[in-house]
Amino acid sequence: MGVHANSAGEKFDKIIELKNVTKVYDGVTVVDDITLSVKRGDFITLLGPSGCGKTTLLRMIAGFIEPTKGRVFIEKADVTELPPHRRPVNTVFQKYALFPHLNVFNNVAFGLKLKKIEDGVKTDKKGVEKPVFRKYTKTEISEKVESALKLVGLEGYSKRDVNSLSGGQQQRVAIARALVLEPKVLLLDEPLGALDLKMRKEMQIELMAMHKNLGITFVYVTHDQEEALTMSDKIVVINDGAIQQYGTPKIIYDEPANVFVANFIGESNILSGKMIADYRLEVLGAEFECEDKGFSKNEPVDLVIRPEDIQLYAKGSGKGVLAGKVTSGVFKGTHCEMIVATEGYEFTVQNIEGKPVGAEVEIKIPPNGIHIMKKIRTVNEFVTEVSGEDTVEIAGGTFTFNNTQGFEKGDKVRVRVPFDKVFLTDSEDDGVIGGNIVQSYYKGAYYQVQLYTDTDQDFYLDTTDEWDLDDRVGINIPVDGIEVERYMEEEESSTSKSEIQD
Amino acid sequence: MTQAAAVENKKTKKRRFTFKRHYFAFPYFFLSGLFIVIPLIILFVYAFRGADGGFTFSNFASFFTTPHVLRAMGNSLLIGFATTALCLALAYPVALILANSRFNKTMILVLMFVLPMYINSLLRTLAIKSLFDIMGIENNFWRITIAHVYDFFPFMLLPIYTVLVNMDKSYLEASNDLGGNTLKTWARVTLPLSVPGIVSGILMVFMPTVSMFAVRDIVINREEWPMFGNIIDGMFRTESMYGLGSAYAMILLVMVMVTMVVAGRVNAKRQREVQGK
Repeated sequence: MGVHANSAGEKFDKIIELKNVTKVYDGVTVVDDITLSVKRGDFITLLGPSGCGKTTLLRMIAGFIEPTKGRVFIEKADVTELPPHRRPVNTVFQKYALFPHLNVFNNVAFGLKLKKIEDGVKTDKKGVEKPVFRKYTKTEISEKVESALKLVGLEGYSKRDVNSLSGGQQQRVAIARALVLEPKVLLLDEPLGALDLKMRKEMQIELMAMHKNLGITFVYVTHDQEEALTMSDKIVVINDGAIQQYGTPKIIYDEPANVFVANFIGESNILSGKMIADYRLEVLGAEFECEDKGFSKNEPVDLVIRPEDIQLYAKGSGKGVLAGKVTSGVFKGTHCEMIVATEGYEFTVQNIEGKPVGAEVEIKIPPNGIHIMKKIRTVNEFVTEVSGEDTVEIAGGTFTFNNTQGFEKGDKVRVRVPFDKVFLTDSEDDGVIGGNIVQSYYKGAYYQVQLYTDTDQDFYLDTTDEWDLDDRVGINIPVDGIEVERYMEEEESSTSKSEIQD
Repeated sequence: MTQAAAVENKKTKKRRFTFKRHYFAFPYFFLSGLFIVIPLIILFVYAFRGADGGFTFSNFASFFTTPHVLRAMGNSLLIGFATTALCLALAYPVALILANSRFNKTMILVLMFVLPMYINSLLRTLAIKSLFDIMGIENNFWRITIAHVYDFFPFMLLPIYTVLVNMDKSYLEASNDLGGNTLKTWARVTLPLSVPGIVSGILMVFMPTVSMFAVRDIVINREEWPMFGNIIDGMFRTESMYGLGSAYAMILLVMVMVTMVVAGRVNAKRQREVQGK
């Protein structure tokens, strides 16, 4: 009895659950051990740059892709191996995928004509009750189609050829076609990507209204952070196949979990600093008050300052702590956006009142405007093998190191490479290994660059040069940049990944 | 002085030969005039010329009044239908498999089905005749039909394969998503969308089969199943009845054209739907 009550209470809680879901394509991990649950009735958005794995994740919920590892649950039922046509979810596709040989009515009716519904029960000879199934009748179908078309504002369009409709209208047909089946979850794969800005804004509002009226769960995929912030109850920020942060739009914006989220959502100033004490932060040689504590003394941290949180005062007023100079200013309607150069960093500042270009200013940042994040990595670390007398293998390339500890070929070692000891070359051939630039953050005096090697490993490095995203580069590491120590097997368990909780 | 220069300029311009893009088409126009248009005119003239040299319809009338000619036309149509149907029945499943990237990652499989096309057709036909003899297939209808199927199979396969391979896979996913299993998705989405390929396949097989005669001559084991092409062939080569032969050839030509126009109509409509706008 207790179990029953329990399950009834929980049943309406989590409608979708992903447990340790991983997808590997040809050796490349697209989705990396994602665990996520979606509350019934929520509008949740999977947000991330293209290629981050968000669409793959959605397609695993829809059933088009089977995960390499992990399980997918819908309403507590394990659907991991269930084909799409047997799942209680429907999808609105990125390019609509309306059937070109059918008119609007028949497109919407497509699913209804295939559907079998329960129609009472029949008692067979043994006295066992069995459900009876039947198909929808013609009148039922046409009633449902008409009401679905009415819902998306396309009454009277049923006889139209789908190719004669505009992009926005096609989108509406696609939504009607999915909603008419009354799915438990509606999956939307960048549905507004092909629409122009005005149409997109309109559809955003309509989709939100539909979600509110229908009360079903929406899972929405987009790379547009503004869209995500506007529409969602919850946002899942994904990068690199892993969840970076899961929370309400407000939390994601105000308290980004890491540099990636801060950079991806909204405009921000991202800097490196160190915690000199609880509530005390040193950055760019100045001390700031902040709201964070619990870091070890002098621990290096990343910090995010939103442009609207920075206050500017005239030089000599004594109200600010950091001196700077306005180098450019643009009036943006509701606010003025300025670039303020200081020793070591250029701040983007948004204030209601602009300062003239060339003005000497003092910068003040209130404690609640500084968001501090633990640095995820401070050094590149690889577990690998010694491949020769004084060489190690890193990401498929052979690097020379100072073999002072007498390592032998085949020894398992842990290699550490500091961020400032990785050097990039323009031509891939000039480097020991090649890689692609995937991220680059401006950190003031230097850029922090993340790059992928062909073996799917990533490198972080600090450089004074600016590199373009997706550039193909060569990687070199000098002998003194490689620190090698023996690798102990039992270390592995202690360094397991930290999990991200709802 | 400037005027003089301009005049000079004009003169050189006039003399210089500038090559225009449409000149590339001239060789083809010349060849098609020589080998297509002129022969067609000759054919036309012969078809309406009686034995006395005057204008007549009698050549055409004889087609409808000579039983063995009508029967030959019937044979051609029958063999044409059978060949087309068999080709379609064999090629569609193969095209479906080949269009699935899971089975055909490198196109090598497609090549295997198309490769026979590059073997000399006489050799191919003689080879299949030997095969019939070895296998003891005595029935001449089947000998002729199977030989044609063997010859024309790639012409059915390729257009269907092309349509299927270019079909947007998201349609299949959408059908799947809306509750269609593999079979229903095929019947309600794949098949209707592959009609253009089927129609061109049918045209590419049916039309040449109906007018063919050489394959039949090689594979038969006794004088049976004369085709319409054989009648025309006989008129020109053995009986020297150019008037009748020309009229029959024109009848065949008109049939082929009518089929093409009808199929073209069907195809254009479907193509519009599939490609949108």
